Amino acid sequence: MTTVAARSLPRFGGFTLGMIRLELRRMVRNRRTVIFTLVMPAAFFLLFGTNAASRTESIGDGGNVTGYILVSMAVYGAMLATTSGGAMVSIERAAGWSRQLRLTPLKPIAYIAVKLVLAMIIGAVSVAVAFLVGSVSGAKLPVHAWIECGLLAWVCALVFAAFGLFMGYLLPSENVMQILGPVLAVLSFAGGLFVPVDNLGHTFATIAKFTPVYGVGEIARYPLTHDGNLWLAALNVIVWTALFAAGAIWRFRRDTARV
Amino acid sequence: MTLTASPGTTGRDTADLAVDLDGVVKRYGTVTAVDGINLSIRPGEVVALLGPNGAGKTTTVDMLLGLAQPTEGTVRVYGRKPHNAVALGLVSAVMQTGGLLKDYTVEETVKLTAVLFGKPPSVVGEALERAGIADIGKRLVGKCSGGQQQRLRFAMALLPDPELLILDEPTTGMDVGGRHDFWQAIRRDAAGGRTVIFATHYLEEADAYADRVVFVRRGQIVADGTASQVKALASGRTVRATLPGAVASELESIAGVDTAEIRGDTVYLHGRDTDDIARYLLNSTAARDLEITSRNLEEAFLTLTADDAGGSR
Repeated sequence: MTTVAARSLPRFGGFTLGMIRLELRRMVRNRRTVIFTLVMPAAFFLLFGTNAASRTESIGDGGNVTGYILVSMAVYGAMLATTSGGAMVSIERAAGWSRQLRLTPLKPIAYIAVKLVLAMIIGAVSVAVAFLVGSVSGAKLPVHAWIECGLLAWVCALVFAAFGLFMGYLLPSENVMQILGPVLAVLSFAGGLFVPVDNLGHTFATIAKFTPVYGVGEIARYPLTHDGNLWLAALNVIVWTALFAAGAIWRFRRDTARV
Repeated sequence: MTLTASPGTTGRDTADLAVDLDGVVKRYGTVTAVDGINLSIRPGEVVALLGPNGAGKTTTVDMLLGLAQPTEGTVRVYGRKPHNAVALGLVSAVMQTGGLLKDYTVEETVKLTAVLFGKPPSVVGEALERAGIADIGKRLVGKCSGGQQQRLRFAMALLPDPELLILDEPTTGMDVGGRHDFWQAIRRDAAGGRTVIFATHYLEEADAYADRVVFVRRGQIVADGTASQVKALASGRTVRATLPGAVASELESIAGVDTAEIRGDTVYLHGRDTDDIARYLLNSTAARDLEITSRNLEEAFLTLTADDAGGSR
């Protein structure tokens, strides 16, 4: 047996690439996650975004409506991916896995960091898959917009990684995504991902601007549309990220104090 | 009713102890789960925490692992706070249920544990081998039987090569065969000198695998002795006889008598070879109305853990 003195703690509180690799493999194994985050957004895009009218109507400098819808769907996918990444916490708490992890050197903060990284990785894959499907299905965007819209959709989805974590700690459910899936669909609708906010009528359009999906969508589409109030959208994203992060931290603190 | 023969309570030196619980109390709201436990365990001991459900065993284990904080008193594991001892891999545990993810394979679960403890990948196969689950490494945890899952927990617990291994009701829900295999694995492992504490309400397990048994009841230790002492207390038989004017010291000198008790005209002689005792009493004394009764661990357990009316509290 090793002597007491020879023992040491792992670096970075136990945050390792090895853990991320294993967690990714597990995530991919979950068919529901794959369908939710990779197949569904692309399918929605093909269903709603590729009709003749959308392909021919141009937007901005060399883009078309199909491209506009593609970016919205990429945001939707990234959002689903990052939310389910964060919400993994809920399943792991229900299974007693979080408790098991407390019998290892893994620091709670490193655990959260791993979950965030995972959420962002599948978010990136989700955006990439949607864009790949879009590029061969008639979506047109200027070259810079392909890159900028993709990056912005991905980075802004951090809001929903925080949202997923918050919900993951709040809802002690094995099937948390069955609750969050419909919630995200409603938020996406309200935030103008499925239908442009301006088509919703004045009152509703005003309310929509305060919902958490609105800002992300506006920012992600901005490189294509150069339309709308970017500062308002940025404020929306920042405020909601702060709120969800604060909620996640609050629940997380309670969780680690109790167990 | 307390039998104290605790090895290690004398010459208390926290730094040398594997476990040191000092005046530990744990309350959850108005419920007192642990009500003032003092317990010292030296390295290398195999200790059974024995008691009925709700006695405070799991709460005690949780505090040893840093999963719960004592309301009063201090807990030290190898001279450190439990949380630190856990992080350093000095102490690990096999918990009763849960703590596994269904969509990992057996091997991946152990691999992840190795990654978390900063161990090289080579230790994974070894741990699977030691726990006897090398053949099901590729199986999803969700498809494993209760016994297999428990051995997986065991494999995970062994990974940091802990000085102290804690098992909380480790064989709950296992069939007889599974239980046997599990204890075989633990026994092989403990032979290497690891300190082991296991909580159980199976008397046979405490009897067969512990060299020290700590009885817990209502959050307090009611008896603490080596396995052989507990066995002596528990096994054997008692000869009851009517013998007016008996003298305790004389009775105790009878061959085969471990303990003697006098209540009025009645004497109770406890020992292993009660036939010899009975023969002696009938041949060499005025004893009459002999009665021989057996006591087993079950009875000792019940006596020690029952709520005595107007009892010791």
